[in-house]
Amino acid sequence: MSDGLIELRGIRKEFSGVVALDAMSLVIHPGEIHCLAGENGSGKSTVIKIMSGVYAPDGGEVLIDGKPAGPLTPISAIGHGIQVIYQDFSLFGNLTVAENLAMNVHLREKRRLMNWRRTRAIAREAVGRLGVDLDLDATVDSLPTAGKQLVAIARALMSDARLIIMDEPTTALTRKEVETLFRIVRDIQARGIAILFVSHKMREMLEISERMTVIRNGRKVAEGPTADFDEASITRHMTGSDILNEPYVWTPPPGAPPPPRLEVRGLTVPGKCEELDLSIRPGEIVGLSGLLGSGRTDLALALFGMAPRYQGEIRIDGAPVRLRSTQDAIAAGIAYVPEDRLTEGLFLTQSINRNMLATSYERLAPRLVIDRERAETMTQGMIRAMQIATPTGEKPVIQLSGGNQQRVVLARWLLTDARVLILNGPTVGVDVGSKAEIHAKIRELAQAHGLAVLMISDDVLELVQNCNRIVLMHRGRFVDDLSCADATEEMVSDRLKTFT
Amino acid sequence: MALLRRSEMVIAGILLLAMVLIGTINPAFWQLDNLFSLMRSNVIIGIMAMGVLLVLISGGIDVSFPAFAVAAMYLTVKGMLLIGYNGVVLPLLAATAIGLLCGAVNGFFVYKFRMIPLIVTLGTSAMVRGFLLGVVGTSMININKMPTALIDFARTDVVSVTKADGSTYGLTAMVLIYVGLALAMHLMLRYTMIGRSAYALGGDPEAARRAGFDLRKTIFFIYCVAGALAGFAGLLHSGMIWLANPRDFVGFELDVIAAVVLGGASIFGGRGTVLGTMLGVFMLVMVKNSLIIMKVDTTWQLVAVGLIVIIATALSAWRDRRQPA
Repeated sequence: MSDGLIELRGIRKEFSGVVALDAMSLVIHPGEIHCLAGENGSGKSTVIKIMSGVYAPDGGEVLIDGKPAGPLTPISAIGHGIQVIYQDFSLFGNLTVAENLAMNVHLREKRRLMNWRRTRAIAREAVGRLGVDLDLDATVDSLPTAGKQLVAIARALMSDARLIIMDEPTTALTRKEVETLFRIVRDIQARGIAILFVSHKMREMLEISERMTVIRNGRKVAEGPTADFDEASITRHMTGSDILNEPYVWTPPPGAPPPPRLEVRGLTVPGKCEELDLSIRPGEIVGLSGLLGSGRTDLALALFGMAPRYQGEIRIDGAPVRLRSTQDAIAAGIAYVPEDRLTEGLFLTQSINRNMLATSYERLAPRLVIDRERAETMTQGMIRAMQIATPTGEKPVIQLSGGNQQRVVLARWLLTDARVLILNGPTVGVDVGSKAEIHAKIRELAQAHGLAVLMISDDVLELVQNCNRIVLMHRGRFVDDLSCADATEEMVSDRLKTFT
Repeated sequence: MALLRRSEMVIAGILLLAMVLIGTINPAFWQLDNLFSLMRSNVIIGIMAMGVLLVLISGGIDVSFPAFAVAAMYLTVKGMLLIGYNGVVLPLLAATAIGLLCGAVNGFFVYKFRMIPLIVTLGTSAMVRGFLLGVVGTSMININKMPTALIDFARTDVVSVTKADGSTYGLTAMVLIYVGLALAMHLMLRYTMIGRSAYALGGDPEAARRAGFDLRKTIFFIYCVAGALAGFAGLLHSGMIWLANPRDFVGFELDVIAAVVLGGASIFGGRGTVLGTMLGVFMLVMVKNSLIIMKVDTTWQLVAVGLIVIIATALSAWRDRRQPA
């Protein structure tokens, strides 16, 4: 076999005694699309940081073009043509697209002066190379996520990259944007540039990559052409066990049907959604999908009291409620886990315990003073029940992986005895293992506690596998109400594609 | 950029409107001697505002510059008296250097210990003021002792006009120094990489580090320049008012920060321009000046400035929040 563009050999990395990588090996050949698959916490980001020179390995060696590369630094890694597109894109939102694109060139050339004409020329060339249309004078903040990603990719391409590492590039994208991204990735490959696609989304990995390396607990557990893998085998390698995907079945209880947990009649949020009727019975998990801007998030926000001027009627267990604020919604037993759990749902620098208890303090302090002992029992129990990987509940949430953060949010709502659970993109940015656990948890909650669950997601497979009904929204209205007993992933995806 | 330019237009519009309004209430406003005196009042606050603008762009804040200005001014004047030196250029350089050194201390703590700039500059401000009064002296240096060269230099006029009653008034040449420094700051911010690095740092520090900016250099540069400008302005101020007062510039940080924020710089970093800042400075000075003309009590002027800070900051926060994520 020819020499790899970059090769990790027996890499070991420890962080204050905790082994993050052990005897990790990885070979990337020139011009290939390679997938690095692994759960959160498996060491994927450490691999990226070693390849990009951010971390120095404690053992093993990095070879570039078959020769030992010596100690890599961020600058020398870039010099070798290794570019990383981070999940947050590392762009300057306050600066224009043009300046963001040209900044690295200026810095590499150790310029002291800023030449705006040259900046624009560099940017125009970069955007042209990518074959996309971007407003060079717009500030990056004003672009949608997909646009920001394009800027990041265009920037990475500029510096004579030979390998572009993309860290979870599809996390915040819609299905359509993912397709555009994949087209661009193949374009880049056609120019002989290798791509390392770091992900945990099965179908995307299978769709885009040619070769794949799976890591678990800091070690390589499988490697080979992607054609040799399928979802089940990747999952097995990533988690070390099989995850079963049984569809969720909900049967109405015998006898007279109970009133719906959640009933919505003629819900209208001006300009967002119109005349929505929906009812969810205890134990039902109802999926909701649609393109971004279809009004699906607006429905969720209205149900959580964040669109106080809605019209129409909302009933919980048959009793009409008026949701003017989130407090009203919480009091009515409605829980909402937002799309962007990082910015909307969590106090990142606060401890796990405090985050879990954030909506329970009122109950915990009937007489002004917080019942610490009870709080402690509650949080300890939750950390165990939700299997949050942490030595202590005092750890700040920011130090947890995405999956664990999601579990903290779920735990918070479980502690409030919610009756209606609205999940917006519940497993966005979560790896397969955690995803399966979260799904299992949601099902268990729906069944054991008779919760009504509304699951909003772009991931059609997730909906088909975990819901008993799927509702599709388009332009502020419900257009389909499908039973999952006879809906397939293809069917729903095809239907979604007709909405443009 | 388009948005920034638009916000400068907005500031200019408001400024014009305010001028018309004030001019209607008090026609004396439009008289040349009032306008000249207004511009004169812009100089010191304006030069300091340039430094504060730079700090705000980088995402920091500086409340220590008035203390640095006083220290630079008082130490330099004291020194001049001590060795009996009477000149302009060397003392101005010395004052600038003193300010720069003080700024470097800010930079050191902000960079090395990743401390919040507000706390660092509050601390250095108190230390410098305390040191000055405790060690150097508390007595004012009046016109009868002030180095004449400084006063003569600060009295230079660009144009002077003789009134009908025989008295003369002029536009101080210090305005040229202010405009020159502002122009230099503009060029630095827009056309040098160190200037762009301040915007980058204020936009996203983590991204700036990853992109390969030398943040140590940037942070030291920013706080040193802010200190240097303050030191320079401090000495110039003493020449213009013929007085070196070691208790000068108390509460001045509020005026300057108000002016900069009024000029459209974001309190969260990443945004701000020299032109906007100059407009903001002019607006603030004009409002204060009009309050004086209208014989509003100085205590109420404080209320007005405080109000301006809050309103301007609220507006800029509102603007930044409206930016789609």
